[in-house]
Amino acid sequence: MNAGLVRRVGLAVAAPLVAAVVAILVSSIVLQVSGSNPYETFKTMLENGTKLETLIDMLNRATPLYLSAVAAAIGFRMNLFNIGVEGQYILAAFLAAVVGAQFELWAPLHIAVIMLTAMIVGAAWSGLAGLLKVTRGVNEVISTIMLNFIAVGGLVAGLLPRFIDDPTAANQGTPQIADSGRLPDLNSWVEVFTREITKGRRLTGVLLVAIVVGIIYHVVLNRSRFGYDIRASGMNPDAARVGGVPPKRMILIAMIGGGLVAGLVGMPEVLSDTHAYDQGFVQGLGFAGIAVALLGRNTAPGMAIAALLFGFLDSSSAVLQVSNLASSEIVVIMQATILLVAVIAYEVVNRIRQRDEVKRAAHMVEATA
Amino acid sequence: MPAAIELIGITKRFPGVVANDDVNLRVERGEIHAICGENGAGKSTLMKILYGMQPADEGTMMIDGKEVTFTSPTDAIAAGIGMVHQHFMLADQMTVLENVILGSEPTKTGGLIDFDEAERHLREVGEAYGLTVDPGDLVETLEVGEKQRVEIIKVLFRGARILILDEPTAVLVPQEVEELFRNLRELQASGATIIFIDHKLQEVLEISDRITVIRRGKTVTTVDSSSVTAADLAELMVGSELPSPETTESTVTDVVALEVTGLTVVGDDRRPIVDNVSLTVHQGEVLGIAGIEGNGQSELIDAIIGTQELTAGHIRLMGDDITTASVRHRREAGIAFVPQDRQTDGLLLDATLWENAALGHQTKRPFSKGWWIDRAGARARTEEIRSEFDVRSPGVDVSARALSGGNQQKLIIGRELTTDPVVFVAAHPTRGIDVGAQAEVWNDIREARARGLATLLVSADLDELIGLSDTIVVMFHGRLVATLDPSEVTPRTLGSYMTGAALQPAGADQPGDHAEGGAA
Repeated sequence: MNAGLVRRVGLAVAAPLVAAVVAILVSSIVLQVSGSNPYETFKTMLENGTKLETLIDMLNRATPLYLSAVAAAIGFRMNLFNIGVEGQYILAAFLAAVVGAQFELWAPLHIAVIMLTAMIVGAAWSGLAGLLKVTRGVNEVISTIMLNFIAVGGLVAGLLPRFIDDPTAANQGTPQIADSGRLPDLNSWVEVFTREITKGRRLTGVLLVAIVVGIIYHVVLNRSRFGYDIRASGMNPDAARVGGVPPKRMILIAMIGGGLVAGLVGMPEVLSDTHAYDQGFVQGLGFAGIAVALLGRNTAPGMAIAALLFGFLDSSSAVLQVSNLASSEIVVIMQATILLVAVIAYEVVNRIRQRDEVKRAAHMVEATA
Repeated sequence: MPAAIELIGITKRFPGVVANDDVNLRVERGEIHAICGENGAGKSTLMKILYGMQPADEGTMMIDGKEVTFTSPTDAIAAGIGMVHQHFMLADQMTVLENVILGSEPTKTGGLIDFDEAERHLREVGEAYGLTVDPGDLVETLEVGEKQRVEIIKVLFRGARILILDEPTAVLVPQEVEELFRNLRELQASGATIIFIDHKLQEVLEISDRITVIRRGKTVTTVDSSSVTAADLAELMVGSELPSPETTESTVTDVVALEVTGLTVVGDDRRPIVDNVSLTVHQGEVLGIAGIEGNGQSELIDAIIGTQELTAGHIRLMGDDITTASVRHRREAGIAFVPQDRQTDGLLLDATLWENAALGHQTKRPFSKGWWIDRAGARARTEEIRSEFDVRSPGVDVSARALSGGNQQKLIIGRELTTDPVVFVAAHPTRGIDVGAQAEVWNDIREARARGLATLLVSADLDELIGLSDTIVVMFHGRLVATLDPSEVTPRTLGSYMTGAALQPAGADQPGDHAEGGAA
């Protein structure tokens, strides 16, 4: 029995461990081939990673990645391949920045208005894909790709010029949101815990939002009836339907839920950083979120670890560039390798686990028969 | 002369069930040899072994007197064995010729497909075996029977001398069956050996030279077709020593639990699949629906469960009209359901047993409280199901995938019967499970009946139907064509109603009358 337990725990940690080792091996080879010193590069990454400002940078980068991963995971849990988070969060951030710059309000209310606008826009855009699937049978992969193009290349690109604050600025953007619509940073908390000054880095307040979203996601999915319906639909849609789960309604709700969270992905930028939507607004978080969701197996804790890992790698990319030790692209190679190996390793572990379980049950039946 | 195929002592085990137990089979060259047995008797496992799709655990296999071991269908094809699957494996958008050569294309120099050579070879094969197809036709334009002919030619094209046909008549209308049989006889005349898998007795007797009967994974006997009758064969298949599922005294009450009136389901081709069906199930009654698969039984059941839209008709549950109600509403109102395919429609294979026990009842106690899943309650209930229905598993936290078929089925029956249902709809509840589990399932249904449950039972196992039902109705081409008393009916007469044979003289033009009789 004890050996069985050891085996099961071993299996659980095997996949991420193998992924990390292979990623380090592959990137070492790439580094060596491209004329860099792998040892020095990894040493610099680790040394840098233990500095407080890097940790804050990592959390700042992990926050939107995590939100994006949760947004995608809601659909994934139902086998809905919602790849529209990209378009949803960019359109949402743009409209939220425009709305937020219109007035000055009591601070909590102002922030709430901005966040709610973003969430509603995200939900509406995502819900459109859901509606198309439910009423016309349009595959959500196709509709969300199209909606990404319409949102980013069409709506935002077309509307941004109408809301430009300063046409002479190098980086044209929407007007700045007033102070009441800016989310306070968490530096005071950091300083309480570390007794260290954060050297100009500001930890985004949206981190708390991401944590709350993660907890809600976890609890709803694993403890509520609704989450049970979602998981059942994902595991076997036919059996779920026979079990009384209304398939169309579930698709709509999952798409809208994903969109609500997707709307929050651009909030660190709008509420804590640039306080506007400008031409340099961060893009690609929607797709990065899919990778994080995949790596974290669509579970709240798994995605948190994956987002932190990707955040850490992203923040070390900047350091590598400055230190001139290696090309910053090595980070992208590492991320891709981890993802690829992890997905394969998960599948292998899964099969071993299934086989174990079948054997155990068969053994048990023979013993009692 | 050595036999075309000889199997000695083939045994194949799956977790918790022995699918083939010491199977012995000898197929002579040039004969049509039928393999006959109920669903779940182990026919398809045997064929998968013969075709290299699964390895046998024990036993030897000999082709033309030489011992062989197959690790994949490629080996079987190389040895001259070809399989015609029940479900066609054809690309609709391609021509007959393209489909036939798919995977074994003759090539010219430069790697291009030699279509001329392919067509020549195709015609050669067609002429040699008396099978006519037009190589240029698109497969999607073909009739079902023609598609099947393409499948047969595909196999012959690859040089097969031994053909395995897996329930080839299941998808055919009677005229097409005749055509198929003519083709098979021509094939036989040209020297092919044919293994014909089926459970329809009349067909088996008509086409085959010899018949091997399989029961519960064992070969019972091999007989000459000319020396047996359908009744003999039925007895061999079912086995007279089997526990008969006989119900004791009637528990039928006057209270109507389920009432279906004029239910019609129209298919994509605008033809009715279920045609004006009316039936009534009382509390304490088991109403059995007999019929050959594909005569509308599954659509009728789906319509009652709510997953199939109906074109006309009404469904009432304890007097309430639930015709337009959602599946969830029907489940909450007390319809319990055992789907015919437990793995595709009844289980979440990757979820735990307690999560599976909640499926379909997740809105009710003890599985949930308000908006939240009650894990403790669900686990406790699953433990109850596990002990009461003898579900053998290491616990309630293992995945459903880990259980054997029989235990999965007992879990489903247990979850449906422990929630105090009003109506119990069971489709093939003992299909593909071992004898012990079958007896337990029969017992569970009988106990539920005694407690006043109204049961609608669809089954292909005629003994099960006759033994458990208070009334049997026969479904044929979407209609209820007869209402029979199980105490007076034999599998043989039931079979003649199911094939429509009994309808020709008397009731053929007014099958509706019989259906109405069922409602009364």
